[in-house]
Amino acid sequence: MKRLLKGGRVIDPVNGIDGVHDVLIDGDRIAAVGRDLPADGASVVEIPGDLVVCPGFIDMHVHLREPGQEHKETVASGTASAVAGGFTAVACMPNTIPVNDNANVTAYILSKATEANLARVHPIGAVSRESKGELLADIAELKGAGCVAITDDGHPVKTALLMRRAMEYAGMFGMPVIEHCEDPSLKGDGVAHEGYMAATLGLRGMPGACEALGVERGILLSELTGSAFHVAHMSARASLRAVRKGKEAGLRVTCEVAPHHFTLTDEALGSPIPYDTNTKMNPPLREAADRDAMLSGIADGSVDVIATDHAPHHYDEKKVEFDRAPFGIVGLETAVPLSLDRLVHSGRIRLPRLVELLSVNPSRILNLAGGSLSIGAPADVTIIAPELRVRIDASRLRSRSKNTPFDGWDLRGGVAATLVGGRPVFVNPEARLAL
Amino acid sequence: MSAPVITKVDETPAVTSLRRKDLLGISDMAADEITLVLDTAEAMKEIGSRPIKKVPALRGKTVVNLFFEPSTRTRTSFEIAEKRLSADTLNIAIASSSVVKGETLADTALNLEAMQPDMIVLRHSSSGACHLLSRICRSAIINAGDGMHEHPTQALLDAFTIRERKKRLEGLKVAIVGDLLHSRVLRSNIHLLTKMGADVWVCGPPTLIPTDIRRFGVRATSRVDEAVADADVIMLLRIQLERMEGAFFPSLREYFNVFGMTEARLRLAKPDVIIMHPGPMNRGVEIASEVADGPYSVILDQVANGVAVRMAVLYLLAGGAEHETAA
Repeated sequence: MKRLLKGGRVIDPVNGIDGVHDVLIDGDRIAAVGRDLPADGASVVEIPGDLVVCPGFIDMHVHLREPGQEHKETVASGTASAVAGGFTAVACMPNTIPVNDNANVTAYILSKATEANLARVHPIGAVSRESKGELLADIAELKGAGCVAITDDGHPVKTALLMRRAMEYAGMFGMPVIEHCEDPSLKGDGVAHEGYMAATLGLRGMPGACEALGVERGILLSELTGSAFHVAHMSARASLRAVRKGKEAGLRVTCEVAPHHFTLTDEALGSPIPYDTNTKMNPPLREAADRDAMLSGIADGSVDVIATDHAPHHYDEKKVEFDRAPFGIVGLETAVPLSLDRLVHSGRIRLPRLVELLSVNPSRILNLAGGSLSIGAPADVTIIAPELRVRIDASRLRSRSKNTPFDGWDLRGGVAATLVGGRPVFVNPEARLAL
Repeated sequence: MSAPVITKVDETPAVTSLRRKDLLGISDMAADEITLVLDTAEAMKEIGSRPIKKVPALRGKTVVNLFFEPSTRTRTSFEIAEKRLSADTLNIAIASSSVVKGETLADTALNLEAMQPDMIVLRHSSSGACHLLSRICRSAIINAGDGMHEHPTQALLDAFTIRERKKRLEGLKVAIVGDLLHSRVLRSNIHLLTKMGADVWVCGPPTLIPTDIRRFGVRATSRVDEAVADADVIMLLRIQLERMEGAFFPSLREYFNVFGMTEARLRLAKPDVIIMHPGPMNRGVEIASEVADGPYSVILDQVANGVAVRMAVLYLLAGGAEHETAA
């Protein structure tokens, strides 16, 4: 069937489009983008002028927890959360149980994604078998099964040598290596950013240098191997400095920042709820200078991607002492409101830049088909409502887990609708949209 | 938790209780609340000198001492305080609790709550454990030491001891020397002493000084002579042997040589300096025996005063004189 999205501001940076246009979808592909396209038998959807039609957003850092930890999240619940958050595709991390270090696990995840039939799921394979940092995983097999990158996320790749080999080997397939950057000895048993707040609360700290050491290592090895290196969930200003230098040197380094790292600081550990385990993640919420550095990196283009590091945990696991709680928060359904509120409405970036961060760049880094509204591209479309008033309600999240520090937050900007392969998979009842 | 409203009617304090449910730390206490505790402790200390050391203030109240870390001094001190106030007390230590069966702290607390205690005195190795209990329990929670966070009754008894000797806290130079990084005693003492106007110096090897310590309103140095010079009070903090394994310092011997409190270093302080230690002491590590046992030492006074201060805290949290009138 054909569907004509009529009107609305269309932003498609890849094709240099930013203005009121119509988007014609034929089946699961984009058929045309232009002004005043004829309906020509297509079902016409009027897009109000205050909505923005974008190429589908891609969250390249998500933990779907299946197989193995279905009490936290499943592929079905995670992708439901994704589309409600405006994401047409997610890349899921391999730290499942068992680890996604072989084609069987990859195939299992993809079969669950097909069953759920919501967001597209792009599995990321492990660098090493069981992510133990000893032997390389069967990377060609992972690639063949559908993995789009490799990482030992949750932990850094154990040794510089293994990282070098992984980069060289994955480079053969044009796959980036995504790194959870961290020096384990400097992290120690840290549970919070090393700074005044950790000192006040009596929490063991991990300094920004702990992350930056991993970033520096990866960049050096990227230079050595010529392979693409992507910094996951960057949080420290020293890391950003290293990435900027790497980019200036023309190296193949990219990075992502999570909404919580450009929104919150470690002050959140002390108030409004002292020792709220929903403020515990790794890398940790850092001090204001780091948060501000992330904002400036997003504004000046040093940061390539906004990714959520969506990390669902059951409330039983979070309702414990701070130092015993697992790291991580859910992020899929809060990312777009936070980005619009904190980045766009605050005047730091304009909408086309946001589309690059959420769609164009993750697509390019992972070599995906999306990221644009080019003719013939998959009809993955995110329609956002920048002026929509949103109140985050943890209890109403689609994710199986509710571990968010943003419960009760009032934000300006939300998601109106999400289309995957031309099919509306989420329509926000709050938005005036008849899809 | 709001600060207490102290109003004076005909010069008689109308408020004789802490207007808070819990005592989680010194950081959120106001100076007048601290003074109220210290003043009340003076009256409580007198009770301890009577032939019959018991008053009915907490009769019919149930207090649970829930200790997830080994403690002799603090637990005993609380228990004696509770008994002198006629509370019904119950001690739960980790070895005999169901935590070894894998129960969460929250579930342990809720099960205790179901038996309707009035107060829970909690000692736990995790910072913030008391805050967790405070959110889920109706009972008053008293922090008896949580991780590296706070140990408020220790700071209160330290302040009581200083005030007993020096008649004031304001303007005194207090030097705190030792493992600052891992010490909850340090944090509570810094909060209390800075609120009360003391000039607080902290000293230790840089490896054991928390990040941004100066933001606490203290002077920090690794030169012990500078910290001790003209000090009115020197407080030593325990150095744990296992810190050597973390490479915080090379050896206990070297620590003692660089930071240990010796009689020679003591001479840099004021002639009437007092020496304090929250215990347990490592003789010959952070403190020379001659100093610990010498005339400047008030270390055993601290222990004695601990009972009075904890009586005051229990009494005031239970409602103080208002509760007694109601009962």
